[in-house]
Amino acid sequence: MKMMTPETEAELADAIANAEGPLAIQGGGSRGLSVAGVVLSTQGLTGVELYEPGALTLVVRAGTPVAEVEALLSAENQQLAFEPMDHRGLLGDAGTPTIGGVIAANVSGPRRIQAGAARDHLLGVRFVDGSGQVLKNGGRVMKNVTGYDLVKLMCGAHGTLGVLSEVSLKVLPRPEAAVTVAVEGRDLSSAVAAMSAALGSPYDVTGAAYDPDRSVAYVRVEGFSSSAAYRAERLVAELGRFGSTRLAEDSEAVWQGIRDVAAFHGRTGDVWRISVKPSDAVTLAPQLQAEALQFDWGGGLIWALVPEGTDLRARITVPGHATLVRASAETRARLGVFQPQPAPLAALSAGLRQQFDPRGILNSGLMG
Amino acid sequence: MQMPSPNPAILARKDALVARLAEVLPADAVIQDEAETRVYECDALTAYKCPPLLAVLPRSTQEVSDVLRICHEEGVPVVPRGAGTSLAGGALPTADCVILGVARMNEVLETDYDNRFIRVQAGRTNLSVSGAVEEEGFFYAPDPSSQLACAISGNIAMNSGGAHCLKYGVTTNNLLGVTMVMMDGSVVEIGGAHLDAGGLDLLGVICGSEGQLGVVTEATLRILHKPEGARPVLIAFDSNEVAGACVSDIIKAGVLPVAIEFMDRPCIEACEAFAKAGYPMCEALLVIEVEGSAAEIDHQLALIAEIARAHNPVELREARDADEAARIWLGRKSAFGAMGQINDYMCLDGTIPVSALPTVLRRIGELSKEFGLDVANVFHAGDGNMHPLILFDANKPGDLETCEAFGAEILKLCVEVGGCLTGEHGVGIEKRDLMLHQYSAADLEAQLRVKDVFDPKWLLNPAKVFPLSVTESRRGVVMSAA
Repeated sequence: MKMMTPETEAELADAIANAEGPLAIQGGGSRGLSVAGVVLSTQGLTGVELYEPGALTLVVRAGTPVAEVEALLSAENQQLAFEPMDHRGLLGDAGTPTIGGVIAANVSGPRRIQAGAARDHLLGVRFVDGSGQVLKNGGRVMKNVTGYDLVKLMCGAHGTLGVLSEVSLKVLPRPEAAVTVAVEGRDLSSAVAAMSAALGSPYDVTGAAYDPDRSVAYVRVEGFSSSAAYRAERLVAELGRFGSTRLAEDSEAVWQGIRDVAAFHGRTGDVWRISVKPSDAVTLAPQLQAEALQFDWGGGLIWALVPEGTDLRARITVPGHATLVRASAETRARLGVFQPQPAPLAALSAGLRQQFDPRGILNSGLMG
Repeated sequence: MQMPSPNPAILARKDALVARLAEVLPADAVIQDEAETRVYECDALTAYKCPPLLAVLPRSTQEVSDVLRICHEEGVPVVPRGAGTSLAGGALPTADCVILGVARMNEVLETDYDNRFIRVQAGRTNLSVSGAVEEEGFFYAPDPSSQLACAISGNIAMNSGGAHCLKYGVTTNNLLGVTMVMMDGSVVEIGGAHLDAGGLDLLGVICGSEGQLGVVTEATLRILHKPEGARPVLIAFDSNEVAGACVSDIIKAGVLPVAIEFMDRPCIEACEAFAKAGYPMCEALLVIEVEGSAAEIDHQLALIAEIARAHNPVELREARDADEAARIWLGRKSAFGAMGQINDYMCLDGTIPVSALPTVLRRIGELSKEFGLDVANVFHAGDGNMHPLILFDANKPGDLETCEAFGAEILKLCVEVGGCLTGEHGVGIEKRDLMLHQYSAADLEAQLRVKDVFDPKWLLNPAKVFPLSVTESRRGVVMSAA
C-alpha cells in the first residue's frame, strides 16, 4: 500500500494539496480506523516544541509517540491526566500510538470522569485542512476564548476536518499516590449505586469502574499519600452498604486493565463502546445480550463484546451513542463505525466537512 | 469603535416586524417603545450604547424558535442577550437589530444527583444554579465574578471561567448538552446527560461562539459535590519575579490549589484603602486556596509554606479560622469595587504563559508611564489569565481613547509573549479589531466558515468577534437579502 510520511508541516500541506484522491489519515495506525485511500501518516512529524512544567504546558508535533510524551512528563512527575487508552491489546494492532492519534480520536480513559477528556486538555492545534492550507487555533495558554474554539472541533474529528501537525496540551502533576477501594457487590444495580455514591461524595474520585465477571466495583482516589489514604478509608466505610469493601492490591494494574479493556483481550467477537447516562447502564445492560461487558465512568461507559456482525445499536433504547471499535471491514462498512446523528446535527457536521475538506478526501466516509 | 450602519430598509419595516412578533409572543414580551428599548442599549461595557430596534423576552424554546424564524424570514439581525453583564460588548445592539433576551427563561428543569447533572433554562443565573443544588451539598463549578447576575446562556456564549478554573475548568469543561435554536428557527439537541456527545464536537465549538451560531435555550451542566473544606493562605513578596517563581515552584511540586490569585502593588494599595483587609504593603501578593479535609488542607498548606519560604516572603499568613479566611479573600474580592472608587476603569482579560509574568508586568508599568494612565493588576496566576485594570476619567475628553489604546498595547503584548487577547470575557466588540494580531487572515477565515454553516445569512450577532472589514462581504449578503 502506498504510504506518505511527511516530515515537516510544509511537506504535509503539499501532500494534501497535491492529493489526487482519498487519503487515509493515520498516526501510528494503532487504533484500527483505516479507510480506503493512500495512507497519509503523521509519524514523520515528531519532536517536542516546548515543555514548561511550571506552566503545565506541552507543545508537541502530532506524530510523536505517546510513550515518548509520557516518559518526558514522567521525568517531571507530570502526566496526561485524561489517561488515554492504548488500543493495541484490544485490536491486536502493532502500530506505535501517536499523540496526534490520541487527540484526533479524543481518546480518554477512566480519569475522564474527574479530569475531563482529551479535548478538555487540548489548548491549541496546528493542522492542514483538506485544501492543503496550514491553519492554527487556540494557543498554549490554559484560558483562551479568543474566537471560535476550533480546537475542540478538531479533537475527535478523526482527521476528517484536517490533519493535525502540532498540538498544545495542558499537563498535570502526577499524583503521589493512588488508592483503590474494591466493592464486592451483588449485581450491576448495586455497583452503579455504589459508584454513584462515590462520585457524589466530597472525596474527588478519579476512577469508578465495574467488572461484572468478578462482581467487583473499583473506586479510585489519588493525591498526596496521606490524603489518598484518608479518602479511601472514608470510602471503605461509606460504601459498605453496597457490598463488602476492601482496599484493592496493585491499583495501577487494575486501572490499566480497565483503561485498555483487558478483559476482552484475546477474545473473538466485535467490540462496541457505548456512552450513556450512568444510571441507564442498569436498564441497558441486559438488553445488549452481550457475551461480555465492562463498565467504566461510573456506568456511563459500557464496553460490549458481541458475536461478529451484530447490530448492537438496534438494541439500544436509551439516549447515548455506540461506536464500533473492533469488527471486520465488512461489518464496519455495513453498520458504520460511528452512530449516525439525528438529521439536523448530521447536516451541520456535513456542512463543516464541506467547508474544511471541500474535495472530501480526508478519511472520507469515516464519520458520515 | 465602529459598528455597521443600520439598514434603513429594516428600520422602515419596524411596525410590520412588531406585528408579526406579536402573533407569536404575549404582549408583554415585545418591547418596542423607545423609552423601554433603552434598557438594552448596552451591557457592562458601558462606553458604547445603541438602543435596538426592538427587544423580545421569550419564555420558551418554542417562542425563541418563532422569533428567530420570523427574523430570519425578514432578514433582521438578532443579538442574543443573557443578563447583559458582558465586559466585551457581546450584547451591544445595532439600531436595526432585535435583542433576544433570555432572562425570563430561568427554570430548573431537572436535577439528578445520581448522575451528577442539572438541566436548566439558559437564562438562569450562574449562582442560582449552584443555589438549586446546594442543599444536597453540590455546586456548579465555573464561578465568574459576575456570578450573582450573569446568565448561563452568556456563560456558554463566552465560555466563562472564574477564580477556581485551575482545578475545575471553565464552562466548556462543565457543559454536557444544550438545546439550541438555529437562526432559521429549527431546534437542535446536542449532547445530554452522558459524558461525551457523539460525532464532531459541536458542543465544543458552540461554547464560546458569542451567540453567533445559535441561541442556547436549555443547558445540561455537570454538578460536583463540594469539598469537605477550603482554606486560603496569603503570601507577600517584595518582587513580582519572586512571586511568579513561587507560583511556578508550587505547581512543579505537584500541589494543585483551586485558586492562585496574584495582586500587584497598585492593586494592593487600592484594595487596602477601600476594604481595609489588613494586607501587608508589598510588591506582589498571592492568595492561594486549597481544598479537602482539615488534615489534607494542613498538609497542602505546609508544602506551600515550605516552597514559599525558600523565596523569602515578606509575610506568610495562614487563616486560622473562617473569619481570617474571609479577611484574606476580602481585599481580592474588593479589587474591582476599589478601582471603581478611585476612578472609571477598564478591565482587560489577556492570558499569558505564567513564565512571562515578570516581563509582562514590567512592560505594563512602562506603558502606564507612556500613556499617562495608572494601571493595577489582578491575575489568576495558576492559569495565566491577567486582569489589568486601567484607570481613566470618562468625563475627560480623550481619556477613553487613550485608555483603549493603552489596553490594546497590553493585549498585543499578551499575544507577543505567546498568550492571547482574551481568557474568559470574550472578544465582543472590545477586542474585535485586534483579532488579526493573534490570527492570520486564513485562520480567521476558517472560523468564519464555521459561522457560514450555522448561520448562512450572518444574522446572529453579526458585528462581533471578527474585524468588520473581514466580515463585510458576508454581512453584505444580509443587506442584499433584506
